[in-house]
Amino acid sequence: MVFDATAGFPESRRRSLVDRITRHAEPYLYTAPALILIVTIMLAPLVLGLSYAFRDVHLLNPFSGGYVGLDHFRTLYEDDNFYRALRNTLWWTGASVLLQFVFGLILALLLDRPFAGRAIAQALVFLPWAVPTFLTGLNWAWLFNPVIGPLPHWLYGLGLMSEPTNILSNPQLAMWGPIIANVWWGIPFFAITLLAALQAIPRDLYEAAAIDGAGAFRRFTSITLPFLAPTIAITVLLRTVWISNFADLIIVMTSGGPADRTQIVASYIFTQAFRALDFGYASAIALVLLVLLLAYSMLIVMLRQVLMDRA
Amino acid sequence: MNSYSTFGTALHRVAILCYVLFALFPLFWLLKVSVTPNDLLYSEGVRMWPSRMSFEHFRFVLAHSAFPVFFRNSMIVAGATAVIVTLLASLSGYALSRFTFRGKYWLVALMLLTQMFPLVMLVAPIFKMLSPLGLTNSLTGLVVVYTAFNIPFATFLMQSFFDGIPKELEEAAKIDGATQFMAFRQIVLPLTLPGIAATLGFVFTAAWSELLFALMLISGNSAATFPVGLLTFVSKFSVDFGQMMAAGVLALIPACLFFLFIQRYLVQGLTAGAVKG
Repeated sequence: MVFDATAGFPESRRRSLVDRITRHAEPYLYTAPALILIVTIMLAPLVLGLSYAFRDVHLLNPFSGGYVGLDHFRTLYEDDNFYRALRNTLWWTGASVLLQFVFGLILALLLDRPFAGRAIAQALVFLPWAVPTFLTGLNWAWLFNPVIGPLPHWLYGLGLMSEPTNILSNPQLAMWGPIIANVWWGIPFFAITLLAALQAIPRDLYEAAAIDGAGAFRRFTSITLPFLAPTIAITVLLRTVWISNFADLIIVMTSGGPADRTQIVASYIFTQAFRALDFGYASAIALVLLVLLLAYSMLIVMLRQVLMDRA
Repeated sequence: MNSYSTFGTALHRVAILCYVLFALFPLFWLLKVSVTPNDLLYSEGVRMWPSRMSFEHFRFVLAHSAFPVFFRNSMIVAGATAVIVTLLASLSGYALSRFTFRGKYWLVALMLLTQMFPLVMLVAPIFKMLSPLGLTNSLTGLVVVYTAFNIPFATFLMQSFFDGIPKELEEAAKIDGATQFMAFRQIVLPLTLPGIAATLGFVFTAAWSELLFALMLISGNSAATFPVGLLTFVSKFSVDFGQMMAAGVLALIPACLFFLFIQRYLVQGLTAGAVKG
């Protein structure tokens, strides 16, 4: 009661003070649960993981946990598997993004044109996106399996294979398995995003261009592409980061094999943590991956700046 | 000119058909093998449809395997995650849509950051953090982890739905004496029901599909989710193709149902979480 400083205020003034406090606190109350979860379940483990990179953390060894300085990074520097994983990551990401983008763009252009049954066709071609990734991986692994799947027999029938074998166990070709599965699963993402951008282009632009005598190809290069360019740029850049981190399909289809030919950095991290239970080394690789991704993002931001300055 | 456009139309339809076939073929094959009886599995290997259909694999999987348990676990985890995330994300999305407040910029930046860094980095530290709390090998632990992972994306998605609702409605309610929260609960939320449904669908699908953290955090059969159970089954009984694919078809059902549910909101959802799958 002694502390009731507002006691002397008229009723209306007091209410407005309480009001002001609640109004100030309100957005924080709304965002607090989300923020707390993000900080405890994502940010704290991130920091903890960074510290593991400099410690010896083995799950099954109760005496581990001491600081080892840069030891993990010295091992990493000489780890051929890591360099192979790095090269594989470039190959996996580049091929997946390029194919998803090209086929996604074609699909978006096809769907941009009205035709009977468009709604149902659209639902069917977008369906792969809803298939859980573990099932996508297993499904394609089965399709490539000559015992149960048709693909090796078809490739053999076409003369592309000397005998129906599983490409997932062929070191030269194995990476194509997860890439094809990834393209199948990821085309809808590009198609949906690009379709939305296509439908935002004002239709009268095309009519005006047609009246001025521009052919279909000319209209595509002078209207469609420039309008799509920002969407294409942002989608491809973000997707590149996402796919380079996307290990599910590889873990499910090949677990990085045969002979580490399909191991990407993300799946290598997972294998080190999950199979070898070497959390320290896994975190050191993760730290390097994080730095590489940061460098890539910075490069993109700088590139954008240069292009903007020139324009 | 006319023959050219007829040709163009035909080409367009053929191209669409190719895409539809490519999209559906793997799922068709899954279904086909799951209804092929064991004695025809190898003799009719590349036939498009078995000469005789049978549901023996489904019967076996439902009656004599642990898949009903995995299915139930996944339902619990994905369902609980979807409900909690949608609840919390509608609050935070509303704050981002309606308020300007100190630190808002940093909050958005933090949420964008969580969408950019490799989540696989967190596999080891999260295991270490949850294990003394008894949250490894538990469905609760998975729900907590999945909730945190999905909140940023769901917040942006809900924000985009709230942005589409005119502010005047709440202002009118506030003039009539309602608090902001009352206006939010009684006026804005009912209008956002389609958005809430979409968010539920997106989060459910994401939680239903998650594999790596479930593999790391769950070790026994009793708390295994469907992906973990199916992968364990595949590595143990890699010759029972019929049963594996019957289980695969079961895993597909909820995902497809939710897809039909959220189909109309795909564009909004994918642009809100442009970095998420």
